[in-house]
Amino acid sequence: METLTFRHTTKKPLPGSVPNAITGVVASGNLEILLERVLPPDACEVAIETPIAGYGVVWEAVVADFVARAQPGGLRISINDGGARPDTVSLRLLQGARLMEA
Amino acid sequence: MAGNRAASADPDALSWYEATARQRVVALADPGSVREFLPPTERRMSPHLPLFDLPRAFDDGIVVGRATLDGKPVLIAAQEGRFMGGAFGEIHGAKLVGLLRAAIELKPAAVLILFDTGGVRLQEANAGETAIAETMRAIVDARAAGIPVIGLIGGRAGCYGGGGLIAGTCSRLAVSEGGRISVSGPEVIETNKGAEEFDSRDRALVWRTMGGKHRRLIGGADAFCADTVAAFRRAALDLIGRAPAFDLDTLEAEQARLESRIERFGDCRDATDVWARLGVNDPDSVPAMDTRAFDETVARVREANHDAR
Amino acid sequence: MTLAEILAGLFPQGHSVQVRDGLVTGGGPFAGSKLHVVGIDGDTPLGVEGALILSRVVLDVVRAGDRAPILVAVDSDSQRMSRRDELLGLNECLAHLAKALLLADRSGHPTIGLIYGHSAAGAFIATALATRVLAALPGANPSVMDLPSVARVTKLPLDKLQEMAKSTPVFAPGIDNMVATGAVHVVLDPGKALDGQIRDLITGLQAGDDRDRLGETRGGRPVARGIAGAVIDQARLV
Repeated sequence: METLTFRHTTKKPLPGSVPNAITGVVASGNLEILLERVLPPDACEVAIETPIAGYGVVWEAVVADFVARAQPGGLRISINDGGARPDTVSLRLLQGARLMEA
Repeated sequence: MAGNRAASADPDALSWYEATARQRVVALADPGSVREFLPPTERRMSPHLPLFDLPRAFDDGIVVGRATLDGKPVLIAAQEGRFMGGAFGEIHGAKLVGLLRAAIELKPAAVLILFDTGGVRLQEANAGETAIAETMRAIVDARAAGIPVIGLIGGRAGCYGGGGLIAGTCSRLAVSEGGRISVSGPEVIETNKGAEEFDSRDRALVWRTMGGKHRRLIGGADAFCADTVAAFRRAALDLIGRAPAFDLDTLEAEQARLESRIERFGDCRDATDVWARLGVNDPDSVPAMDTRAFDETVARVREANHDAR
Repeated sequence: MTLAEILAGLFPQGHSVQVRDGLVTGGGPFAGSKLHVVGIDGDTPLGVEGALILSRVVLDVVRAGDRAPILVAVDSDSQRMSRRDELLGLNECLAHLAKALLLADRSGHPTIGLIYGHSAAGAFIATALATRVLAALPGANPSVMDLPSVARVTKLPLDKLQEMAKSTPVFAPGIDNMVATGAVHVVLDPGKALDGQIRDLITGLQAGDDRDRLGETRGGRPVARGIAGAVIDQARLV
């Protein structure tokens, strides 16, 4: 298993007041994402556990793109990966952010 | 509960088979009533899967909690069939055991178990197997205390292995077309006994032998549901109201029921032979029947309805 | 130990236990009263008929109500794997046998499992694991799945699994691991009189299911008891 952690500073907090949400399922080609509003409003941390080693650069890019688009300030995001493709990861991250905004 | 909003789908439209465990629980219960125990935020994850380089799930593949159903307090467990085939690992099993033991103390109107499991998780086999035994004991204790334990089966992993034995311990079972109940799965039989004994690629054979319709017709399940959360909710409410007692009379009746089944159908090669002997006019048409036509067929089969469980 | 040796040790005054098609039924005078015996011998798989024969005997004991203990002696294969057994509802028949044993125990007939050979999967759950206390004799070999099969399913090399099995009792076959998990309460001493050891087990029976506590103490199931307890604690909160 490989563990990756990315920390970002955001321009603004994610709107809404949902304290936490989960989306997705750990299965082959899929992943689960747990989002918790526990960080300072301009901070976002994404921690990933994945059985597929060696894709740190790809994860870094996907996470950076998500942070730029969603501005998820205040969120700690934890990912259990089952070998999802980058587009699936992006989709789930945006789904998760929407759940937190509700 | 984490994910409440993820699943505020219309229970009439939500497919049980396609839904996740958490979506099933939220859509099955009264709106807003679910409180999850050991939710994902607590990160109670398997201590064993990392040894096998396998990913873990925040809830170890089972959602447990309490909710209301038509205002009645219930305890609910739901297995996630897509994570490790919904199989029983140490934490997964212990969450179900804890829920049933809590029921004995709290006396809810019912315990609902939403099965979706291939059986024991091999990477944690001894823990899973022992948890299944503990679960069966706790179900019996709950039933003897007057608490109905209702199993709902319609997920993609079916209800196999030790899951099938737990299902057979419940007070009542509801099953959908996609729900399969069995001990040895098709692949297990084929691997051990050969394709001439069971061709696991023959999906029609799998559904006929282990599927919801066959189980309902022979009295292995008490209700047949369309593949929607709303249908399972109606079935659960109905079954809670008519759960058999757990006592010697019930088990004597079950003994007689199962002995008579083997006597009558023991020489049948295929499920269609069983259905013909049960009095179904056109057995070959059963797999294609819609829910209404199937319900009408079941209504004419004496063996399908009983209190011997 | 063979079944004959076990029975000779349990019943110095003789017994009526018979084995037919691998199914064990009968009993004999024991500790001033009586001991009923049901079980499976000779690595026999348990199918629908066998399960119902054993459950019939157990229910008869409950009906008679002599409150005598029931010994469940097991040297079995797994459940019988066949299309016919599943067609006829093997899950119901195995669950029924387990329920009969659990009912007997609740009804004042203490149930004691004794595994003296192999057992696996559904047959193990429906018999030995459905008793209140499970004892084993040295050489017993319960398993969920043998390591070569585990290797096939998990796609891990067998030698790596064998190495892991030494430090991780939670998945590996064998009696020591089942003891560590708490599923097997005690391993008996074949050098001592068997009847006395079984009598002591019956005298020392605890109420409730203490298998997760044993698994925690022995290290084979490190977290199960704590998890079950945490669920109960959270369920209690209004």
